[in-house]
Amino acid sequence: MPSRKSIIVLGFLFFITAPNISQAQIDLFAEKSEPVRDIVTATFKSTRIVNGQSIENVGKGVLDFRILHRFGQLSDGGYNLFGLDQASMRLGLDYGITKKLMIGIGRSTFEKQYDGTVKMRLLSQSTGGKNFPFSLSYAGTMIYKSLRNTNTTYIPYETDRFTFAHQIIMARKFNDYFSLQLTPTVVHYNLVATKNMPNDFISLGIGMRERISKRVNFTQEYYYRFNKIDGYYNSLSVGFDIETGGHVFQLHVTNSTGMTERTFINETAGQWGKGNIRFGFNVSRVFTVRKPKEFRK
Amino acid sequence: MLLIINQYNMKTTALTLLTTLLLCALTSTTNAQKVYATKTGQLFFNATGGIEKIAAVNNQTDSKFVDQTGQIIFAVLIKGFKFENQLMEDHFNENYLESSKFPKADFKGYITNIKEVNFSKDGTYPITVEGDLTIHGVAKKVSTKGTIKIEKGQPQIEGEFVVKIKDYGITGLYIGDKIAADASITINCKY
Repeated sequence: MPSRKSIIVLGFLFFITAPNISQAQIDLFAEKSEPVRDIVTATFKSTRIVNGQSIENVGKGVLDFRILHRFGQLSDGGYNLFGLDQASMRLGLDYGITKKLMIGIGRSTFEKQYDGTVKMRLLSQSTGGKNFPFSLSYAGTMIYKSLRNTNTTYIPYETDRFTFAHQIIMARKFNDYFSLQLTPTVVHYNLVATKNMPNDFISLGIGMRERISKRVNFTQEYYYRFNKIDGYYNSLSVGFDIETGGHVFQLHVTNSTGMTERTFINETAGQWGKGNIRFGFNVSRVFTVRKPKEFRK
Repeated sequence: MLLIINQYNMKTTALTLLTTLLLCALTSTTNAQKVYATKTGQLFFNATGGIEKIAAVNNQTDSKFVDQTGQIIFAVLIKGFKFENQLMEDHFNENYLESSKFPKADFKGYITNIKEVNFSKDGTYPITVEGDLTIHGVAKKVSTKGTIKIEKGQPQIEGEFVVKIKDYGITGLYIGDKIAADASITINCKY
């Protein structure tokens, strides 16, 4: 005969185990899902805001063929059809080696420049699980001026033709409707016009994007120069990004002629106030060169 | 429990305890429900309307089901879908599925004929799944047929169903043109 105490124990054991048995009915619907880290994408719609680099890279294995075109100045008047008779161009190819690393090459009509770019994403804005307020990238550009030398008093070295631009890109997508980017930049000239001129020029770029509709965004880009070359002005551009299936069209007006970092940041000759503005467009067409592994057979 | 044993250190108590534990163990084995789970299920969708292929795959499908009740859930992150074309993927997230607002799509339902599946016997069993599919924040009742394959006690679920994109509040000019009005969704989960 079990003692009274053992009956108590037995009762107690049933008391603690019985609810467990009835609760064993598993309900998957009631399970809470853990928060997942969401990395912010599409802060800007293209790898360039207008002239300058944006925080965006092209995707891994994607080749982006890019035509940048600027007409002449509005102030040229009716004889030049307000600038439409003239053109300055840059043709470029950008390729995404990884999701975070992009390389690019380009050729501009301005000074017959060749350029090469490396852009690397270092930090990414994210929410859920792990929050981070902004994205950070580094962009480095090397520019080679291939225009023939006409100066007879000084024969330049080959290295004199190079200019380098280093940019730290910080961007935040506040919401689907607004993104802001700050771009501290240093441009190094291997050769400058006079002995008194510094070789390094520091500037700060400010870029913004406002969504108008799902496929149209309004963009602005301004570069403020802390030290400057005489006779040149700060670059200001405003435009629209228009997305269609495989293309992004960027239509804009700008006071810059060149489309490499060196040229548009430090050597913008036009002034908005005098109507030295140009209509321009960037056309980007992407090709998937290397398919994502999910699609490889 | 240990505390109680120490307190009532009697032979009979120990005996009762043993019986109770055995009893509990016995009841819980007969009642045990098994949850099968995977985090690497494959979900493929195809919404090709024109010449251009509009298809994506998500290899991180989260799914669980209970063998006795047939309760089943699937969940995918919208950003987890891979497209062949990066720009298409961006547009999918940004303009169509609005993944920053609705980061997940899920399905919560039941395998209605789960009793017909013998988990201890290898074979392929037809199943019917019914439940709520939530995409783009809109929940709709769906029902579909699929199969469950048992191989050495490991189940694998395969199924296909069709959704009307506009039913889920997804809008865009190309739907019904370059993008098919109906997207087919194929599921393949090994648990």
